[in-house]
Amino acid sequence: MLFLIIKRILLGFITLFIVSLITFVGTEILPGDACTTYLERQAFGEQLEACYRRLGLNVPAYERYVSWAVNAIQGDFGYSLSGEMPIKEVLGPRIKNSLVLASAAIFIGIPIALILGIVTALWRDKLPDVAISTVTIFAMTIPEFISATLLILIIAIWLEWLPGIVIVPTDVSFLELLPNIVLPVIAIAMIMTAHMARMVRSSVIQVMASEYVQMAILKGVPYWKMVFKHVLPNALLPAINVVALTIAWLLGGVVVTEVVFNYPGLGRLVIESISNRDLPTVQALAIILASIYVSINLLADLMTLMLNPRLKTLQIRK
Amino acid sequence: MSDIIQKVKNLSIGFKSKKGEEILILKNISTKIKKGETVGIVGESGSGKSTLALAMMGYVKHGLYTIGGECEFNSSNLLNMKSKDLEKIRGRKIAMIPQNAGQALTPNLKIGYQIDEALQLHSDLNEKEREKKISELLNKVRLPSPETIALRYPHELSGGQQQRVAVAMALAGTPDLLLLDEPTTGLDVTTQAHVLELLNFIAKDTGTSMVYVSHDLGAIAQVSDRIIVMYSGEIVLEGPSRDILKRPIHPYTHGLLKSIPKLSLAGLPESMPGSQPQPGIIQSGCSFFDRCNFSEDKCKNNSPQLEFLKELNTSVRCFNYEKLLKESQVNQNVNKIKNNSKDKEILNLSEVSISYAKQKLLDQIFNRISDDNPTVKDININIKKGETIALVGESGSGKSTILKSIAGLIRTKDGLIRFDENRNLSSDLKERNPNDLRIIQLIFQNPDESLNPNHTVEEIIAQPLKLYFGLKGEELNKNIIDLLQKVRLGEFYMSRYPRQLSGGEKQRVAVARAFAAKPDIILCDEVTSALDVSVQAAVLNLLQQLKEDFGTTYIFVSHDLAVVRAISDRVAVLYQGRLCEVGPSNDVYKFPSHPYTEVLLGAVLEPDPDIKPKLVAEDIVEEKPPEKGCSFQGRCSRIVGDICKKEIPPWQLTDSGNAIRCHIPIKELQKKQF
Repeated sequence: MLFLIIKRILLGFITLFIVSLITFVGTEILPGDACTTYLERQAFGEQLEACYRRLGLNVPAYERYVSWAVNAIQGDFGYSLSGEMPIKEVLGPRIKNSLVLASAAIFIGIPIALILGIVTALWRDKLPDVAISTVTIFAMTIPEFISATLLILIIAIWLEWLPGIVIVPTDVSFLELLPNIVLPVIAIAMIMTAHMARMVRSSVIQVMASEYVQMAILKGVPYWKMVFKHVLPNALLPAINVVALTIAWLLGGVVVTEVVFNYPGLGRLVIESISNRDLPTVQALAIILASIYVSINLLADLMTLMLNPRLKTLQIRK
Repeated sequence: MSDIIQKVKNLSIGFKSKKGEEILILKNISTKIKKGETVGIVGESGSGKSTLALAMMGYVKHGLYTIGGECEFNSSNLLNMKSKDLEKIRGRKIAMIPQNAGQALTPNLKIGYQIDEALQLHSDLNEKEREKKISELLNKVRLPSPETIALRYPHELSGGQQQRVAVAMALAGTPDLLLLDEPTTGLDVTTQAHVLELLNFIAKDTGTSMVYVSHDLGAIAQVSDRIIVMYSGEIVLEGPSRDILKRPIHPYTHGLLKSIPKLSLAGLPESMPGSQPQPGIIQSGCSFFDRCNFSEDKCKNNSPQLEFLKELNTSVRCFNYEKLLKESQVNQNVNKIKNNSKDKEILNLSEVSISYAKQKLLDQIFNRISDDNPTVKDININIKKGETIALVGESGSGKSTILKSIAGLIRTKDGLIRFDENRNLSSDLKERNPNDLRIIQLIFQNPDESLNPNHTVEEIIAQPLKLYFGLKGEELNKNIIDLLQKVRLGEFYMSRYPRQLSGGEKQRVAVARAFAAKPDIILCDEVTSALDVSVQAAVLNLLQQLKEDFGTTYIFVSHDLAVVRAISDRVAVLYQGRLCEVGPSNDVYKFPSHPYTEVLLGAVLEPDPDIKPKLVAEDIVEEKPPEKGCSFQGRCSRIVGDICKKEIPPWQLTDSGNAIRCHIPIKELQKKQF
């Protein structure tokens, strides 16, 4: 078991290494570099040379990669171009904001998704299922930029209950931010909850049709006891990985929603730095997003392993 | 009246088709189960036997509904009872033992908890007493070290052990009626015999009534007092078990008994034509009419009623039962198979070992397999052209593994597989040329999985013809039709998809596909196990006919020793991937000589209440072959001493050419143990 965890963590690091290589090589291959972008038309002669020296671009690529990597491991991603401030400081509040948005969506979305999924499965083909399923399929199919725009139109513009876009500075306190995030959270949670509820529904239905549930019924196990003891533990196990992917997706920045609401999260930063050709920031973002995906998936796999007795013994035997 | 425990009255269960028609699965069933008796319900798949058993617990599967009738238990109808009241009867008064315990035990709950759950629901014991009771129950079903078993998860037990846990769980509520739905199907022969013996013991010990549902007349014969034969959702015959098995007065049962291969008879049994009508096909006359050998004109338009014959204590649904009454016994005619084998050797396995061990890094680099105790070891067999050689053994004996390595699906660790004396086939699939691939074809156990559901029969059979012979157009078409006719399917089958065919028809298509490549050797992996008994005989007859026509060699793997007896010229008995005995099937079956062969043959269930299985060895499951000595040492009842544990036994030859690997001298071995 321990060996497995270590192996998985090592594999995670290898993945990150490869991601960093790819982004580094990618940005190298692209025509132009940080200095030409920054200096624009003045990018020639003495000025360009000076810029190269200042940013350390005058040494060979592999040396730059090594020094970049060594610094990155220590959390230092260098300087962003546009703001000329350390990327660390640019990222900090953005990560915090994305975390706030993601965790709000998770805490609201996941319980609702589980409840809706279970209810629709248990009352399969009856009124609750038909009603909820219609709504979830509807929520799933509307693209988020439409639902987000509609939310702004109805709640912010017509009803004037909440601010429509976020115009506070990136580093405000949580309480100040709170009214601003309600609409983005609703927009994200809608689509996420709908997806997860459908997943949970089909998983529960599959388990309900299994022979061991039929056996539990024939053993005289009361309905709700059967649901909680025999059905849910087995049905929700495969949901863990889906939940993990959803969380990673949320943390990785829900680009469209953030742009629509002008929300200062990671997703918008990605868009901004790409359009500004702020390559050091893009590199840093790629590494951070990759590590979020890797670590959350690792966590999900470990959790599945802990909860599924079948996999656990298999691993021990090996 | 008080001695009747369950009364089924005019029960009809069905479903609504997509067109809104009502389709019946059970048609007007009435029967009674008495206290303390064991009733066997027998029928082919789709006859409605499981639906009937579940209805006896007041359970109707999702999608089905009760159209009419009642299932009375203690004079209350279970089918319209509230679920609250049903919960008090299920598990406590009526308990179920499922077909596949591996899937009927909840995977995330420990064995002990699952039994405890039944005790909590259906007894007033406190925690301490329940704990004791769990051990008692596990002991009763003869599971070793109950305390540790209770702490395990279902997947950590073997199939036989899981089935025993299911029995223990059912007994926890001390029910008055036990329903058993194919409880031994899918278990090894030896395990099956042991579980049946346990059930018999429990029936006597506790006086519980049992309803035993199975397609296997052999198993039914061992346990039941009374037998109900079902066909197409109706009861066609019901009566005392002995009479039904010895003197079946319904043509279906008669034909069924004739088509079952027996251990005592070499040769292929007669087959029954046709197959059971699909539910929903409404026939005006008797549902068995088009398969019946005794039918008359009136059977075509009038359906017979279930008639009770007082003097025989039997109910029968047939106009002509008197004709059958005159036939005193089932005379089984078998077509003796001709031994077509030539002297020419076609395939030679020498010193073959196969390992499933995971390759370590170093081995991967050097492309070698290092495993001191491989799954299959030291296999030496010469296969002659035109013969049928059968590999038999329990699950885990390596019989399918050997087939796979001949087909090239697994590479061998050591040894040589030679075709036609000089062509080396030891390498795996990637290294074989198209002709090497063509000469060996496989027929799989389950045609549902081996036929591509998105291809028509035409495309399925065309593929090998195109691949190996490059046939096109008219010629291709002619060949396909020719092959279909060879497997007794008409030209109109070409445009059909596998799902539009019955199980027997699908397997015929699979046979046609194998023969399309004009192979020299066909590997048959449990080809009849997924088929109903009445269809099995037909497929076996077909295989035999094709073999005689084409001079093909068969390597036949089966767990069913009676089927092997019927079709094979030679038998190789395997245990834990090691050969125990190889010889002409007549000799292997006549003088069971290797102790393991004796165990296997002793456990076979025959559809005859007078032939009881003999249980020689324990049905332990060994995970790995022993490192040293005889492979069978762990279960052998005739161990001669330390030599069995230390030395690999030598091959000994009998006069008839039977080779046995045992430390006991031949003369001694041939003395019958029983």
